[in-house]
Amino acid sequence: MFIGYFTERPYQDPDSGYFGSTGRDIQDLGMSNSAYNPRLGAELYNRYLDEKVYAEEMGFDGIMLNEHHSTPFCMGGVVNVEAAILARITKKVKIVILGNVLPIWDDPLWLAEELAEIDMISRGRLVTGWVRGTGRESVAHNAQAPFNWERFQEAHDFIIDAWTRPGPFRWEGEHYNYRYVNPWARPYQDPHPQIWIPGIMSRNTVAWTARHRYPYVMLATEMEPTLKSYEYYSEVAKEEGYEAQTQHRSYLFKVHVDETEELADAAARKYVEGPSNPFLEGNQGIVRPYIQNLPGMTSRTNLLPTVTSFAAARSRGREAAHEEITGQKADEEAVKAADQFGTYESQKERMSIITGTPKTVIPKIRHVLEYLRPGSIFFWDGDGAMDHDDSMRSLRLMGEEVIPATREMAKEFDLKGPFEMDTHTNQPIEEAVPAGGS
Amino acid sequence: MTTAEHTWTESTTEIAGGSVRYLQSGSGPAAVVLHHSSGNPGWGPFHEALAQRFTVTVPDLPGYGQSARPAWAREPRDIAILMDRFIAEISPDPVTLVGLGFGGFIAAELATMHQEGLHALVLVGAAGLRPDEGEILDQMLIDYPEYVGAGFRDEAHFHEIFGEEPTKEIKELWDFSREMTARLSWSPYMFNRHLPHLLPTVETPTLVVAGSAEAVIPVTCARQYAAALPNATLEIVEGAGHSVDLEEPEALAGLIAKHAGV
Repeated sequence: MFIGYFTERPYQDPDSGYFGSTGRDIQDLGMSNSAYNPRLGAELYNRYLDEKVYAEEMGFDGIMLNEHHSTPFCMGGVVNVEAAILARITKKVKIVILGNVLPIWDDPLWLAEELAEIDMISRGRLVTGWVRGTGRESVAHNAQAPFNWERFQEAHDFIIDAWTRPGPFRWEGEHYNYRYVNPWARPYQDPHPQIWIPGIMSRNTVAWTARHRYPYVMLATEMEPTLKSYEYYSEVAKEEGYEAQTQHRSYLFKVHVDETEELADAAARKYVEGPSNPFLEGNQGIVRPYIQNLPGMTSRTNLLPTVTSFAAARSRGREAAHEEITGQKADEEAVKAADQFGTYESQKERMSIITGTPKTVIPKIRHVLEYLRPGSIFFWDGDGAMDHDDSMRSLRLMGEEVIPATREMAKEFDLKGPFEMDTHTNQPIEEAVPAGGS
Repeated sequence: MTTAEHTWTESTTEIAGGSVRYLQSGSGPAAVVLHHSSGNPGWGPFHEALAQRFTVTVPDLPGYGQSARPAWAREPRDIAILMDRFIAEISPDPVTLVGLGFGGFIAAELATMHQEGLHALVLVGAAGLRPDEGEILDQMLIDYPEYVGAGFRDEAHFHEIFGEEPTKEIKELWDFSREMTARLSWSPYMFNRHLPHLLPTVETPTLVVAGSAEAVIPVTCARQYAAALPNATLEIVEGAGHSVDLEEPEALAGLIAKHAGV
């Protein structure tokens, strides 16, 4: 079992007038950066890095970073900078980028070089992950939406070549052309860092991931549709002639642990009511469906079962698909209300967020592990309007009680992660010998 | 749709390996109408008014409506080349080419390449030039009904034409059209920096039309076209928005007939 820690690194500014339930709602791509305070940004970037370092001390296997653009819910616009810093200031933990938004890179060779450098500086601790991004990312960096999927695939193929094929060589693709590919930086890991693919609702992406035998990371989706998506992965794997196992399944979910139930509820309320990614289950904010669903961005029919979650569908601009599949109309009142994804209580009830003391949280994690059988998981905490103390209390209790208990449960359920079982061969991975000796 | 005078026909032809559907009606010299970026919603009053004086052909631009998508096409000029071949196919004589909005962009591109195929050119609320003042309304950042609605002088007039709630078919057309537009005109959006350098070579008599209430393509673009083209006249239609063809079909058809000497 691989256990990672994730925070989306929101821009928290109670003075901005936009701060979840305490202020105006954040409308996706509807907020001017004139409200941005770089002094505050400096504090937050450093705080989040400190928390990641503490997560390593508390025994997490990985620290996960993500990337979004032009939005206050995630400060990771240049996620590779954060990853590079962590590569230097941490010692053992895997640095998991889930993920770089491939289609918005006009020059993916630059990305190949950056990731190789991070892998070297960390001495082989990078896990690289690639995504297609939401409409927000394509708008922010002006990437042509109808070619998003084509660019994703070509950039992927190109980076793998840039990492593994002796240069110099020439690349003449549909979307990328290079006359001299010969990066003077190669990944530390041989042949290259593991690639994990996170996602929510594109069947294309799941099928593509299964064909490449990469782990698929479901991002905070509801339990039942998550399981169905894993099952779809397994179907594709079967067609490809292999059996999908726990090392192919990964799951990110919200967990906050605290000293008392009261403290847990108070912090978790801040979590769901603060600035947070409105396109994921359980979060708040107003998305603009037509921006999320830019023309040609994804196929209109290839939706994963997660579309049955109204939150995911709406935020992805797929209300019509949701109605078609579920026969349910959007609850207009619920949509208008600030909390369109249900109250904190209902989220807790549905386990969209797991909160409490270790005593109450561990059985819920047990249920997740037993039901979904993932080989790797990420606890998503420290988000929304939670402050540093909230995050640190939770991290400490995770380290002291939750992580050890989770490892025991994983053993009981035989949940092996991608660093125990090779996703390409389904064979156990032997302990890697570091390059250059012991 | 049939009227006492005309019945339009629907046909397809093949251009560069892709089918192009077109509607046709009327009699007289040939006129070809290139639709907006939102697609052609069908044979409408403007086409009908024009068909009183012309043999009118209304193709679905490649990749729009019922015409096959040229997956390779990356810019409006690619569509202009296909439309030039299409016009050669349907008319042995030079035609009056009418471009509406994005269709005006295609028509202007076509004129810079093959003005010999044109008897007259009409650009109505045409995209294609970077406005000297203001910005072209970006349909990628708003919902498609909102975008089409912005083409009218007011909301009431939009609803008068498309109903309180546009039909599912119309919304699908807009949604689908937007995808092709995003394939062709993303960056820069709705203009070509090369065009101003080429327009002075176009001798074709050109009528440049804009609505006085234009809110999609700044009226300044119409003035820029009129200034760049050596044989152009500018006509501002009072009270109309971007979609002059939908708001003032009779008046626009009259201006075109007069311009073409029909």
